[in-house]
Amino acid sequence: MSTTAVPITTRKDWSSDQEVRWCPGCGDYSILSALQMLMPELGVRREKTVFVSGIGCASRFPYYMNTYGMHSIHGRAPAIATGLSVTRPDLDVWVVCGDGDALSIGGNHLIHALRRNVRLNILMFNNQIYGLTKGQYSPTSEEGKVTKSTPFGSIDHPFNPISLAIGAEATFVARTHDMDRAHMQEVFRRAQEHNGAAFVEVYQNCNVFNDGAFAGITAKDVRSSMIISLQHGEPIRFGVENERGVIQKSDGRLEIVNVADVGVEALLVHDEHREDPGLAFALSRLSNGVHEPTPTGVFRAVERSEYGNDLNAQVHDAEAAKGPGDLAALFRSATTWTVD
Amino acid sequence: MSESVTTEKRDGVVVRFAGDSGDGMQLTGDRFTEISAVLGNDLATFPDYPAEIRAPAGTLAGVSAFQVHISDHEISTHGDSPNVLVAMNPAGLKANIAVMERGTTLIVNIDAFDERSLTKAGYTLSPLSDGSLSDFDVYEVPMTSITQEVCKDAGVKPRDAERSKNFFALGLVSWLFTRPIESTVKWIDARFGAKPQIAEANTRAFRAGYDFGETAELFQSRYEITAAEFKEGEYVNISGNTALSWGLIAASRQANLPLFLGSYPITPASDILHELSKRKEFGVRTFQAEDEIAGVGAALGAAFGGSLAVTTTSGPGLDLKAEMIGLAVSLELPLIIVDVQRAGPSTGLPTKTEQSDLLQALNGRHGESPVPVIAAMTPSQCFDAAIEAARIAVTYRTPVILLSDAYLANGSEPWLLPDVSKLPTIDANFATTTNAIADDGTPEFYPFKRDETTLVRPWAPPGLEGLEHRIGGLEKADGGGNVSYDGANHERMTQIRRARIEGIADSIPLTKVEDPSGEAKVCVVGWGSTYGALNAGVERVRATGHKAAHIHLTHLYPLPKDLGSMLKGYDSILVPELNLGQLSVILRSEFLVDAQSLSKVRGLPFKAAEIEDALMAMLEGSS
Ligand code: SF4
Repeated sequence: MSTTAVPITTRKDWSSDQEVRWCPGCGDYSILSALQMLMPELGVRREKTVFVSGIGCASRFPYYMNTYGMHSIHGRAPAIATGLSVTRPDLDVWVVCGDGDALSIGGNHLIHALRRNVRLNILMFNNQIYGLTKGQYSPTSEEGKVTKSTPFGSIDHPFNPISLAIGAEATFVARTHDMDRAHMQEVFRRAQEHNGAAFVEVYQNCNVFNDGAFAGITAKDVRSSMIISLQHGEPIRFGVENERGVIQKSDGRLEIVNVADVGVEALLVHDEHREDPGLAFALSRLSNGVHEPTPTGVFRAVERSEYGNDLNAQVHDAEAAKGPGDLAALFRSATTWTVD
Repeated sequence: MSESVTTEKRDGVVVRFAGDSGDGMQLTGDRFTEISAVLGNDLATFPDYPAEIRAPAGTLAGVSAFQVHISDHEISTHGDSPNVLVAMNPAGLKANIAVMERGTTLIVNIDAFDERSLTKAGYTLSPLSDGSLSDFDVYEVPMTSITQEVCKDAGVKPRDAERSKNFFALGLVSWLFTRPIESTVKWIDARFGAKPQIAEANTRAFRAGYDFGETAELFQSRYEITAAEFKEGEYVNISGNTALSWGLIAASRQANLPLFLGSYPITPASDILHELSKRKEFGVRTFQAEDEIAGVGAALGAAFGGSLAVTTTSGPGLDLKAEMIGLAVSLELPLIIVDVQRAGPSTGLPTKTEQSDLLQALNGRHGESPVPVIAAMTPSQCFDAAIEAARIAVTYRTPVILLSDAYLANGSEPWLLPDVSKLPTIDANFATTTNAIADDGTPEFYPFKRDETTLVRPWAPPGLEGLEHRIGGLEKADGGGNVSYDGANHERMTQIRRARIEGIADSIPLTKVEDPSGEAKVCVVGWGSTYGALNAGVERVRATGHKAAHIHLTHLYPLPKDLGSMLKGYDSILVPELNLGQLSVILRSEFLVDAQSLSKVRGLPFKAAEIEDALMAMLEGSS
């Protein structure tokens, strides 16, 4: 492993020579540039960075990063990335996936990567639609949504990805959106620094098949009244004049109130590091869609032993206790006999 | 010893232990095998157990059996038919009596032949009194009651004492075949040492069984099977799953690549996961995944990172892994997929053997996706097969399917320990430098720039500066590896992928023909685990003065380069398989030869006699 200083890079160094092929105006562009601009600031090496993706519009991401990368198969990126991360702890492994990719066909791999706490930075671009297959409803589409495969409206109840990740006991759970580069970069930076599985939901506009899906909260004119930006250690409040806030009621439920009615002291103070996921889960339930004020930022960031670290520790402990494996001795671990 | 008992020499014997799933028959059989192995007998075993862990006690469905063939000369099968059946209960007798030939020995636990147990096994009258066993040498032994008697003050509850009766049976059979006592007593101590009372009960039961033979004056003779002639060296009795696991560890050593196993538990492959998870001092990383797909997916991720990556499964799991194997074909990364076959379709007979995944292994993926397929022949040969699978995977950057099956996985035989210093080496030959120049003159890395002879692409795990590259399941431009939708390029890449795998034939041995006469006109062609039965069956035919050849394939794709021309030299070709004729289809389509299928799908291996009969019929038909 190289011990020399990490070379100074620019966005250009992290951009591959491949022509980016998303639809013009797609939210994926702003996520890509946010990350390409952030990478030089993270103090990591290109050759130690890997992007792994599944299938879908979002999954073309690795082709555009000038790092190592694998564009794999639908839903399986977390599984593939798990094998890579645990055998190569020296690498910084990112997973880029979509809502259909990660929550439908690959739902099983996602929850298991999260519960194991494998060191992965998982970015899930949620556009609430299937883009690459041209517009069917996804597991995050709202009920009643009319799409090509739901001409009479979707009757599927959608997943709330943040609730799902917290339910799987993910140690880092955050949400951001494609209209706010600085916020994306801050959340991505936190995810990269986290030692374990970091799950980031990125609200991403698919301007072709689901245009404006998040406009109700991300559009500039509504943002301050509709986005509840979570800040660790701060009372949870939002609004053009910070006039609204969140309180916890005596039965445990969270409620949005006017700060003037309850006083600042009554507001819930956000604590990312609470071991108990209950409050983070309650925060994820504050909003049931883009018509309601919606929290963004880091919901939960707790420490738990990292899977690859534990796996490698068992190997190193065995090597230390028994000495490096000796094949001849292995063959003789059962009863042998000799023929002269 | 009773005066009248004589000791007779025998050249071999086949013993079958049968009882309830909870009776410890596998343990008893294993132990008897181990004692005989150390005495120097050649041996072959066949554990035959039900799918349920504890099927209703006393029923036919719950019968678990273990057959072992021990011999004073080289043998290749577990024996067509037992000489001795030890039946711990009526169901054990009923389930196995059909395979016993007249005049053979039945040792039954008379205590278990009460009315209730007889009814459960489906007997209306006791077979011990209705005359139906008059052609057999029947020994009625009160195994349960003597065991309970001797364990009275051993400190165990009567129920636990009853559970030691398999050791009584082991003791009796040990006496009958003049096996020593001491090694088993020591073994019981080691195995049950943590529970001294159980160890004591088992030891007492074992000794009581031995003493019973000595004193009961029931048996007129004991038998001695002397050591077989073996090549000099050190031996161990090894099962296929253990040999395969050790082969993977050895391959990882020889390739200097860390071993990674991604796997999901499935019968009969799980023992490979168990064995490898114990061997962490060899740098082995095992990952019990959330499902079959994640098992192979994690392995592919590890392969990308530079590990010797393996996934293990059985038929239903191979179905689920197909898409990931296709990705590995497209990415051209080394990956070993071990399929321990069992009877299908679907859940089928999950503990029973079959060779019915051959066509799936060869063709079970969408698109043109060639994958090398190799098969192990005997339990111990699983070791070599694993190393060969690794050699092909690593050298040619390809997924390789290694076929074993339930018979190999659980069966065992003596294995001459190889000289560790003489194992073949495998060269991972990682890319270390850029290999192309971009239009602007800067050095670049082309992940699909190939070796001109072997068509193999460079393997560049992440970590090296300047070799950053992206690969994926989309079609890649020949050489540079960027996404390409060009039809002509796709056709070229499709041809190259096929040609690269077919080229592996240059590195595998030519067809090995076993034909002592050199003049045979009839040839038996088999593959995989049927080697023992085919070898024994063909030998029997030769013993009658006929000429017959035997070709046994370990490389199923690509096939040995000269196989077609060899086969064309025979008038008749018999292809015995534990499926409905899958290899015969391949031989017919590849070489236009009249390969006649002999098929069996009963969840059981071939008997040598079945091969002998089919081959004799073919010889008589052609003469
Ligand atoms: S279909 Fe939608 S998500 Fe896909 S590239 Fe186009 S705009 Fe983006």
